[in-house]
Amino acid sequence: MSRPNPQLLAQRAAGARPAAVPAASGEPATVAAPPRTPTTGAGSLVKSLEALGVKVAFGIPGGAILPAYDPLFDSSIRHILVRHEQGAGHAATGYAQVTGEVGVCMATSGPGATNLVTPLADANMDSVPIVAITGQVPRGAIGSDAFQEADIYGITLPITKHNYLVQRPEDIPRVMAEAFHLATSGRPGPVLVDIPKDVLQAPTTFGWPPVMELPGYRPTLHPHGKQIVAAARMLTSASRPILYVGGGVLKAGATAGLRKLAELTGAPVTTTLMARGAFPDSHRQHLGMPGMHGTVAAVCGLQKADLIVALGARFDDRVTGRLDSFAPGAAVVHADIDPAEIGKNRAADVPIVGDAKYVIDELIAAVEAEQAARGKPDLSAWWRYLDDLRARYPLGWEEQSDGTLAPQYVIKRLGEISGPETIWTAGVGQHQMWASQFISHENPGTWLNSGGLGTMGYAVPAAMGAKVGRPDATVWAIDGDGCFQMTNQELATCALEGIPIKVAVINNGNLGMVRQWQTLFYDERYSNTDLGTHKHRVPDFVKLAEALGCIGLRCETAADVDKTIEAAMAINDAPVVVDFVVGKDAMVWPMVPAGTSNDEIMSARGERPIFDDDPL
Amino acid sequence: MSKHTLSVLAENKPGVLARIAELFSRRGFNIDSLAVGETETKDISRFTIVVDVADSPLEQVTKQLNKLVNVLKIVELDPASSVQRELLLVKVRADRAARAQVLETVNLFRARVVDVAPDTLTIEATGTSDKIDALLRDLEPYGIKEMVQSGRVAIGRGSRSITAASALRTPYG
Repeated sequence: MSRPNPQLLAQRAAGARPAAVPAASGEPATVAAPPRTPTTGAGSLVKSLEALGVKVAFGIPGGAILPAYDPLFDSSIRHILVRHEQGAGHAATGYAQVTGEVGVCMATSGPGATNLVTPLADANMDSVPIVAITGQVPRGAIGSDAFQEADIYGITLPITKHNYLVQRPEDIPRVMAEAFHLATSGRPGPVLVDIPKDVLQAPTTFGWPPVMELPGYRPTLHPHGKQIVAAARMLTSASRPILYVGGGVLKAGATAGLRKLAELTGAPVTTTLMARGAFPDSHRQHLGMPGMHGTVAAVCGLQKADLIVALGARFDDRVTGRLDSFAPGAAVVHADIDPAEIGKNRAADVPIVGDAKYVIDELIAAVEAEQAARGKPDLSAWWRYLDDLRARYPLGWEEQSDGTLAPQYVIKRLGEISGPETIWTAGVGQHQMWASQFISHENPGTWLNSGGLGTMGYAVPAAMGAKVGRPDATVWAIDGDGCFQMTNQELATCALEGIPIKVAVINNGNLGMVRQWQTLFYDERYSNTDLGTHKHRVPDFVKLAEALGCIGLRCETAADVDKTIEAAMAINDAPVVVDFVVGKDAMVWPMVPAGTSNDEIMSARGERPIFDDDPL
Repeated sequence: MSKHTLSVLAENKPGVLARIAELFSRRGFNIDSLAVGETETKDISRFTIVVDVADSPLEQVTKQLNKLVNVLKIVELDPASSVQRELLLVKVRADRAARAQVLETVNLFRARVVDVAPDTLTIEATGTSDKIDALLRDLEPYGIKEMVQSGRVAIGRGSRSITAASALRTPYG
């Protein structure tokens, strides 16, 4: 992902300036006011978006936001009319992640705005820069339970990085500049701007660039030199180090540096669900994904490490399992741009606050200096241990005993046929884990999924946004039949707007991950997990695809998998949906059961690697 | 668990109180006392927040508060190196028979009578929460008809100022 680095940011804010900083120097800053042209609040909004470099917005008009849609009609901004506001939000997320630009979504007041709540919470958990613009009832009606009124400002307080209720039309350029700056800088995240209808209609003047007023906002980008040296010392003296890489490395555009650091230290690397692609899966030092469905080598690599260097990762519960038994012998270097992440779940021995790009670049220099002074540590025993685990517990699956198609095989072939330049999106559940496990993720910015919030229905709209951002790329949404039924209406948007995404529905007829837990932990009592998509073929995904203006294909046997994927790959002028009818009993392995220690990892059902004879 | 007094300087804008309160409620922390007012800089408000919480979750809340875009600065004020005060207004039953004793208590605590009625006295007192508690304990036998207490306000001792412009308006980025 080319991402919001400070240079890019400076450019994108199109010269929007921070507030004058008089106190420290004692001199008032002199800023010539830009010329102002008469317009309306709505005109000012659209001109601000243009000045901020917005090319695409996803949304649906309605009463309160209607004034904004009139100047938008004449604007250079391409507005994509979605079918549900949730789709607009996830599309903005997908767009942002493949372009490194801010994703923009728009909705009207009340239900339009509340439909954005899920994608805003999603973007907040996964630190994705999006800006949501919502209409609000006129100022005088706020708080009166007016038609289509919802306090979206209050509702989104805890699920946005920041939000605004604009009270005066003249504030619009400043608020928009601040919203974009906040969304992209520091730890990125969603910003909501709620604008009352009468503010949009009011006459005002527009001038650019505005002066931003953010006196309390000072993200720390550059790490402290002393901490870097301390971390480099530990990295050159540890005998069992591991680099634990999170999504922050992708957001910082630090993947080239990461590779250099990994090769310099020779340390094993594990990439979280949010960081897949930050380090090539094919690299010898890559152990794979950690956590609940991570590889045995990655999970044990963290458990047995004497040093964990966390880069842009947050020790999420899905990674650590039970915290009190997580990596008991490891010292922790924790680098993150968000100081609140450091020490939140796991105490850090060396806390480093800074942008992962600067952290990694400075670590490389410091490690080089340390190695020149003391030489490289011998990691051969560590690697013998890890290589043995990799050899004994590779990722894999067993064929279904009932002869049905194995979902893992479908996903593996998708990855192999479509190749590493493909952009993948996934919903949430079994198919998501298999897509993380069985596709070889080689490039940054090519794996989009809902990691933190776990939003079912993410895949199709995110793929739509990604394809709009990267029209040259092949975009595959890997979805489950449960997820797909939550947001597939955006296929109509894709069909009409010329957004030829490809959707692989891994259709096991069930809410597969929930069913897996019922199999393992609820005595095979399958309460409310059968969706009937097998039993009754309702809906028929091929017919549904056709009804939505897409091409529908179906594949039910292993023999047909390759040719069906190739048929889908050959279609470039329309969205394609492939209904892969797969067995319902396939499970995601390895697995650390929720709430247990990572030491309890099961490599397959009933199979627990025995660690008693560990050489370490 | 222990009591902590936080001074939070924030931009004087709508919604800031809600943002701060939300962070505490989200983690299940009860705010013991809250006082908000203006500072010597008109666009900056000062929140004095008293919470009863262990050190490690407090550090997390402090860091989350620091992330709020409108929050400028957070300082924890140690009772030993700060002046901490609360204001009490209390309406006490004080008929002719009890009045002299009530007034004696008022004088002992250097409190003031601010309103008089035939059967009650309304008393104003400022002080630490210990002093306020002690005064209330002494007045209780006479009958407390109504009382209202402010949140705690606090300021550090010595000549240093946490609101000094140089401490607040540093360039960001």
